[in-house]
Amino acid sequence: MEFVISLAIGVMAGAGVWLVLRPRTFQVLIGLSLLSYAVNLFIFSVGSLAIDKAPIVKPGLAANLLNYSDPLPQSLVLTAIVIGFATTALFLVLLLALRGLSGGDHVDGEEEKH
Amino acid sequence: MSTFVNLIPDMSQWIVAPVLLPLATAALMLLIKERHRPIKSTINLVSTLAGLTLSVLLLLWVNKQPAASAYGIYLASNWQAPFGIVLVLDRLSAMMLVLANMVGLASLSYALTRWHHAGVQFHVLFQLQLMGLYGAFLTGDLFNLFVFFEVLLAASYGLLLHGGGSARVRAGLHYVAVNLLASLLFLIGVAVIYGVTGTLNMADIAQKLLLTPASDRGLLHAGAAILALAFLTKAAVWPLNFWLPGAYTTASAPVAALFAILTKVGIYSVLRLWTLCFPTAAGDSALFGADALVWGGIATLIFGAIGILAASSVRRIAAFSIITSSGTLIAAFGFSDIALGSGALFYLASSTLSGCALFLLVELLERARQISGHHASIDHGHDTLHAFVDTEPMPDTNLDDDEKVLVGRVIPAALAFLGMNFAIATVIIAGLPPLSGFISKLTMLQALIDLHNTAGWTLFALLIVSGLLAAMALMRQGIRHFWSSQERPSLRMHALETLPIMLLLGTCILLAAWGEPVLSYMHATAEALHQPQGYIDAVMAAQPVDKIVTIEGIAP
Repeated sequence: MEFVISLAIGVMAGAGVWLVLRPRTFQVLIGLSLLSYAVNLFIFSVGSLAIDKAPIVKPGLAANLLNYSDPLPQSLVLTAIVIGFATTALFLVLLLALRGLSGGDHVDGEEEKH
Repeated sequence: MSTFVNLIPDMSQWIVAPVLLPLATAALMLLIKERHRPIKSTINLVSTLAGLTLSVLLLLWVNKQPAASAYGIYLASNWQAPFGIVLVLDRLSAMMLVLANMVGLASLSYALTRWHHAGVQFHVLFQLQLMGLYGAFLTGDLFNLFVFFEVLLAASYGLLLHGGGSARVRAGLHYVAVNLLASLLFLIGVAVIYGVTGTLNMADIAQKLLLTPASDRGLLHAGAAILALAFLTKAAVWPLNFWLPGAYTTASAPVAALFAILTKVGIYSVLRLWTLCFPTAAGDSALFGADALVWGGIATLIFGAIGILAASSVRRIAAFSIITSSGTLIAAFGFSDIALGSGALFYLASSTLSGCALFLLVELLERARQISGHHASIDHGHDTLHAFVDTEPMPDTNLDDDEKVLVGRVIPAALAFLGMNFAIATVIIAGLPPLSGFISKLTMLQALIDLHNTAGWTLFALLIVSGLLAAMALMRQGIRHFWSSQERPSLRMHALETLPIMLLLGTCILLAAWGEPVLSYMHATAEALHQPQGYIDAVMAAQPVDKIVTIEGIAP
């Protein structure tokens, strides 16, 4: 499972970095989204990966990381998703505003001169 | 003065107030319709003034405590550290609170004459910006720091776009993209540090770092470095600062002035976490990354100084002077020297206030140059200061060949005011005697002489050269703006626009006049930063408030 998770993080981060460096605003937006997915998965994975270990204390089972998964990274991911969602929405608004003002979708507001 | 200081009550339960006050104000103002701007302005101004009073009281309270225990701890929801979020007030965060408040008050009162009409929800965004700033300066929890960073960034995105226009949207897009990437780096850094230490409380992290096994130390350093990259992007350290000139020159004047404190948030975070986690006593991790900070700061200083000289407008000079001050601060803090650190803290206060004042002056200067027909039409001029507009010739005045008044034509009062303030700002930013910029630079130079190493001498030379370059560039602009013999109609300024500039520069003059007590405050701050054990002990020992005992008055 560690291999699958790290592969997923790597692929998404790689694709995200590539897209962020592209000159079109929409590509940058998708790149930022992919990067934030990669980061969210990464935060999730620092709290030790486990199957069938809910972070809810059951009676009679000692409250340690052997029996449960760590709840803190999960709450961090939740916060990060909400904040990332809001800022991505704001970026989308800016993207549309720039498109309306400049008539193009280049990140600098004008095409490069060749 | 001293009797007044003794009257200050125990403020430890008030530490959360600077965060709650702007939040409540913003929520209240959201309910008021946009057309009731006068009501919103009044609420905003009252709230900002109350915040200033509160933060000055907090500063005086924390300063009257003995140096070893000058910490105020607020346990959110009464949860003991490290399980809950803690807010920590020490000399550094109290100083940053007061600075943020002064910058906020200045840009608000400047915005009240015209800029707050230029877009919607200026007042709400402004209060949320202040809330993010106060929270970032107060919090003692790493993830909470991320949340407050996002609050202040989200508000700054809105404020940067305030006024609209394609230049702002273009610069805003770059600014948002860069900051989103920096936020992702922040998250990666936090996650790695949590993975290694198992805690997010800053004091607890500092404690656990000493116990980290050697096998995890590489991972820990990687996490710290990634986290530092996020902060250094915010602090505009070269080569992470190419977003700054574009964003700061296109932002409206009061917003750019408010942004003078934003780079300082990055510097504050580096200073706080680096001194806490990697002091000289931290074993294998002692002073991790000190060289990167010093040389990164020096490179930033060079970049900023060249930028100042190459800049064609005062606005760009102001933006590059922000970069120069960031470089100076990061390099100076990187040496981890108490005497140098206290000079740098003094410089932090002086450069924030003067940078803010310069951004406000810039717009008035540009208005003085470009005023012709359509620019003036924005200005209602209903309540313009009489002294500044009363340049109509008297019936029996001496007239020259061109029918112009001979007396009183040379420098109109408004232009004289601008010239005077521009000169003061130049003196402070370039670090010329006798104002606060000089005192702070002198303190740093004295400390650098005692260091006897290559980096120290490099910074020594660069501090002098960068001051010289800033003085040259600003004087050149001053000559262009004030001594050029162009004919121009009288400049109209509102009293509320001149007041904040005088307030900021006046504070810089007071900083110089009260150099002794201010420097001793900075020295105590720097000393406390180099003794992180005091901070750690204060946070870890903070006990939840026992409700029954305090309310019923039953002494145990």
